[in-house]
Amino acid sequence: MNNIIELTASEIRELYDKKEATVPEVTKAFLAHIKEKDSEINAYITVCEEEALKQAEEVQKLMDNGEKLGPMAGIPIAVKDNICTKDIKTTCASKMLENFVSPYDATVVKKLKDEHMIILGKVNMDEFAMGGSTENSAFFKTKNPRNLSKVPGGSSGGSAASIAADMAPIALGSDTGGSIRQPASYCGIVGMKPTYGLVSRYGLVAFASSLDQVGPMSKTVADNANLLNVIAGNDEMDTTSAKVEKKDYTQALVNDVKGLRIGVPKEYFGEGLAIEVKEALEKAIEKYRSLGAVVEEFSLPTTKYALPTYYIIACAEASSNLGRFDGIRYGYRTENYSSLKDIYRNSRSEGFGKEVKRRIILGTYVLSAGYYDAYYKKAQKVRTLIKQGFEEAFEKYDVILTPTAPTTAFDLGSKIEDPLEMYLMDLYTVPINIAGVPAISIPCGTDKEGMPIGMQLIAKHFNEEMLYRFAYTFEQN
Amino acid sequence: MEIRREDIEHIADLSMLNLSEEEIETYTKNMQEIVEFANQINELDTENTLVSAFASDAYNVFRKDEVRESLSRDLLLKNAPSSNGEAYALPSME
Amino acid sequence: MEYEVIIGLEVHAELSTKTKIYCGCTNEYGSDPNTHCCPVCTGMPGALPVLNEKVVEYAVRAGLAMDCDITRESKQDRKNYFYPDTPRAYQISQFDLPLCVGGKVDVNVEGENKTIGITRIHIEDDAGKLVHDAYTGGTLVDLNRAGVPLIEIVSEPDMRSAADAVAYVEKLKGILEYIGVSDCKMQEGSLRADVNLSLRPVGQKEFGTRTETKNLNSFRSIARSIEFEIERQKAVLEAGGVVYQETRRWDDEKGEGFSMRTKENANDYRYFPEPDLLPINLSEEYIENIKKSLPELPESRKARYMSELNLPEYDAGIIISSKALSDFFEEAGKVCGNYKAVSNWIMSDIIRASREYEFEYDNMPYTAEQFGHLIQLIDSGKISGSIAKTVFEEMIKTGNEPEKIVEEKGLAQVSDEGAIKEVVDRVVAANPQSIIDYKAGKDRALGFLVGQCMKEMKGKGNPQILNKLILEILNK
Repeated sequence: MNNIIELTASEIRELYDKKEATVPEVTKAFLAHIKEKDSEINAYITVCEEEALKQAEEVQKLMDNGEKLGPMAGIPIAVKDNICTKDIKTTCASKMLENFVSPYDATVVKKLKDEHMIILGKVNMDEFAMGGSTENSAFFKTKNPRNLSKVPGGSSGGSAASIAADMAPIALGSDTGGSIRQPASYCGIVGMKPTYGLVSRYGLVAFASSLDQVGPMSKTVADNANLLNVIAGNDEMDTTSAKVEKKDYTQALVNDVKGLRIGVPKEYFGEGLAIEVKEALEKAIEKYRSLGAVVEEFSLPTTKYALPTYYIIACAEASSNLGRFDGIRYGYRTENYSSLKDIYRNSRSEGFGKEVKRRIILGTYVLSAGYYDAYYKKAQKVRTLIKQGFEEAFEKYDVILTPTAPTTAFDLGSKIEDPLEMYLMDLYTVPINIAGVPAISIPCGTDKEGMPIGMQLIAKHFNEEMLYRFAYTFEQN
Repeated sequence: MEIRREDIEHIADLSMLNLSEEEIETYTKNMQEIVEFANQINELDTENTLVSAFASDAYNVFRKDEVRESLSRDLLLKNAPSSNGEAYALPSME
Repeated sequence: MEYEVIIGLEVHAELSTKTKIYCGCTNEYGSDPNTHCCPVCTGMPGALPVLNEKVVEYAVRAGLAMDCDITRESKQDRKNYFYPDTPRAYQISQFDLPLCVGGKVDVNVEGENKTIGITRIHIEDDAGKLVHDAYTGGTLVDLNRAGVPLIEIVSEPDMRSAADAVAYVEKLKGILEYIGVSDCKMQEGSLRADVNLSLRPVGQKEFGTRTETKNLNSFRSIARSIEFEIERQKAVLEAGGVVYQETRRWDDEKGEGFSMRTKENANDYRYFPEPDLLPINLSEEYIENIKKSLPELPESRKARYMSELNLPEYDAGIIISSKALSDFFEEAGKVCGNYKAVSNWIMSDIIRASREYEFEYDNMPYTAEQFGHLIQLIDSGKISGSIAKTVFEEMIKTGNEPEKIVEEKGLAQVSDEGAIKEVVDRVVAANPQSIIDYKAGKDRALGFLVGQCMKEMKGKGNPQILNKLILEILNK
């Protein structure tokens, strides 16, 4: 059974049900593989060997006792390191939180534990989720398992790479402007950014509060739906979490899109889109058409404004959210101080990396006296226009189909010195966060180097089922 | 609009960040580019557009005024870089 | 030159909810440092605020009691600044859409009625406490108070003197206590004021430059800091100098105010809508329900005391100045049916005793019911007014029922005419000169005889009967 690590979560679950493998066996297989493989990939910041094994034994006992457990019970999972876990370090890949141990579990982590999933460890990311390549981690760079000279994408690069390298069957990521979908695309896996408010943010270390969302990453669409079943739901600890009816997303795994309508926004296929990505998308569109979907090109004219709007709103919120890292109550404190001011300034300057500082500065700038109206307030108005654009589109279409990213995974180090070029990679993903709608990225081919290409499907608020239906149909055909 | 290095220094002050000479230079340049890029949104007419200050359309999400257990002080202070076991410790504020 | 003083106040009142504004930690005062804390109120990574519904209700109550308009669509905003007592590095407050706007209160200053405008009332969270560490010389941070709900009541610049300001704060304190939203304990910092003050030459229209003296937590410090600041600004202007807009600190021990020099950019708070909290939309029905539930406010109580219970305006004003005292008055009055007597006792003995024995009106050593019984004892002739004073002192010391004190100490009034007659006869016989004096028109002689009898009877003789019996003899 040396192929355990290559299995999907559903397949592992089948092994448990048929008593062909135990939870400790599966957990050990992943831990062993992490030990062997991760020296090359660098996905994990913390591996929780002891806790995972202990948890595995406990779940096995429950199974042996014939307890009725959920479909994800006993499934090992990797958790992005900006999601708080009690007794396990939560570093946000920052020197600032290098030794931080949260005194509480994030709501999503509680839900994983309630489902009896096995947390294998905490995975790498761009520091505080700021970046699109995981190169902004303060600790090490994660490599793309499909090609070690390439980035895995980001910021949930560790989550995507751990799955692509079979070091976890499934993972949690977070997505503020594409941080689940873009690495999913670069690593050839499935990544869902749920509707804003579907999954609790309590315990997710905030980057941009009005955009952040935790979501599932997986090898298959079915696994993805199963994990969303576990983590979705209203949380009284997060007032922005929506009071929507609990759904079973696996019900949406239907291999049929006949008669459903796909909108293809032409602004997502313009300048900057790599030709191979474009061709792969065209093929995907053809496939949907052949499966009976109705495809129509249309225009989303506000698209070009989404990126600047995103960077203004996200950085403004981040500049405020990251104020709490001051070296007083937790986190890094400079050794070099004699006054309070030294503690603040030196701790923050030494504890934050370059990109984080850049965004704090941009965010502080757009909120500062004299600029608020021109940037922040204006961006909030543009946000309204972008939302309206999507609302109108969803009166006509069941899903909107776009590329996830303009290119496939790029070379490590190739864009790190040019922030603006790096930001441009988020072109197709950020409008979704601004509008708060759900979107999924699924693999739809490879380029000539063999690097995966991702297709993004977008639906209206709280219509994740539609995305799963389209994604599942594509996956099955 | 031109971003001057004084702007960056002022913003760094507000953000409680020290910037090296090199950082000031890089950030001034980056910010110039980013701000020009951000200025694109000013092409749009938003005269009659309402702001979307919130990501959700919901409102009035409140909590009942009921006491919940606080965190144990040991756990609270566990991550503190410096404490006397009862409170977070700082150098003199004078 | 003659100057006119312009004063506006920002009053912060801690709300007496059970829990903090954004988390379930208790809002109890006191306790060991950092024991009323959780991830939310200490700004742990990932923690999110959830607004306490009572805070909205209390703020709306305050707004309605102060004649404000209630904002139907309101929101909360972040006010960003770095300070160790502010764990998130932002305070959650309200910027452009406060819950209440445009109210007013009427005050009476030295007999003159004035209206003070209320610009706005908004909700926000309190900061923690910084304590000097005697061992290390450093600073300790206690976050028990971080996240305690506050309302900030911002006045119009309608006050012209320290007396105005004190009357205004007394008025707010009274209202907040009456409507039960704050216990207003100034010594615990649950009510405190920032004073904005400027001078302008009499006749000038434009305001002068104002200073803001922060965190005054007693009436005395409000009055003294205002007097100080008026004199300081006057001196600056008269010397041809310029008053700088600045934040100032008042040192009550030294009786001096100090400038808190801060960098000129320190006030860029970068307000923006708090994305973790959704808007507050209040319906007509919600506001109407709160309006209906408002208790009788001090002004209306005062009017009632004057018209229905015939209290003088001054006495009524004193009694309503404290909700606890006013409640005491009503309850004791109800028990004994003699409001006038209760009022007289409050104006003299109770106010004096509260100073002498240092008790607050909400924590008197005797209950209103017990006090009502004391009045009943007097009115029924069981004890005399002077004995009642002794019983009252005893009630303060022991907290015992007045009946019990009277019984144990044998203080019951003697109303038995025979017993009194015996004493009167004896005293009159021993003082023949008094009879001569009385007949010669010296009324004082009567008082003397009554006093002598009372002395003999250890104060327990019924004074009416005593009087009557002595007069009978004298007028024979």
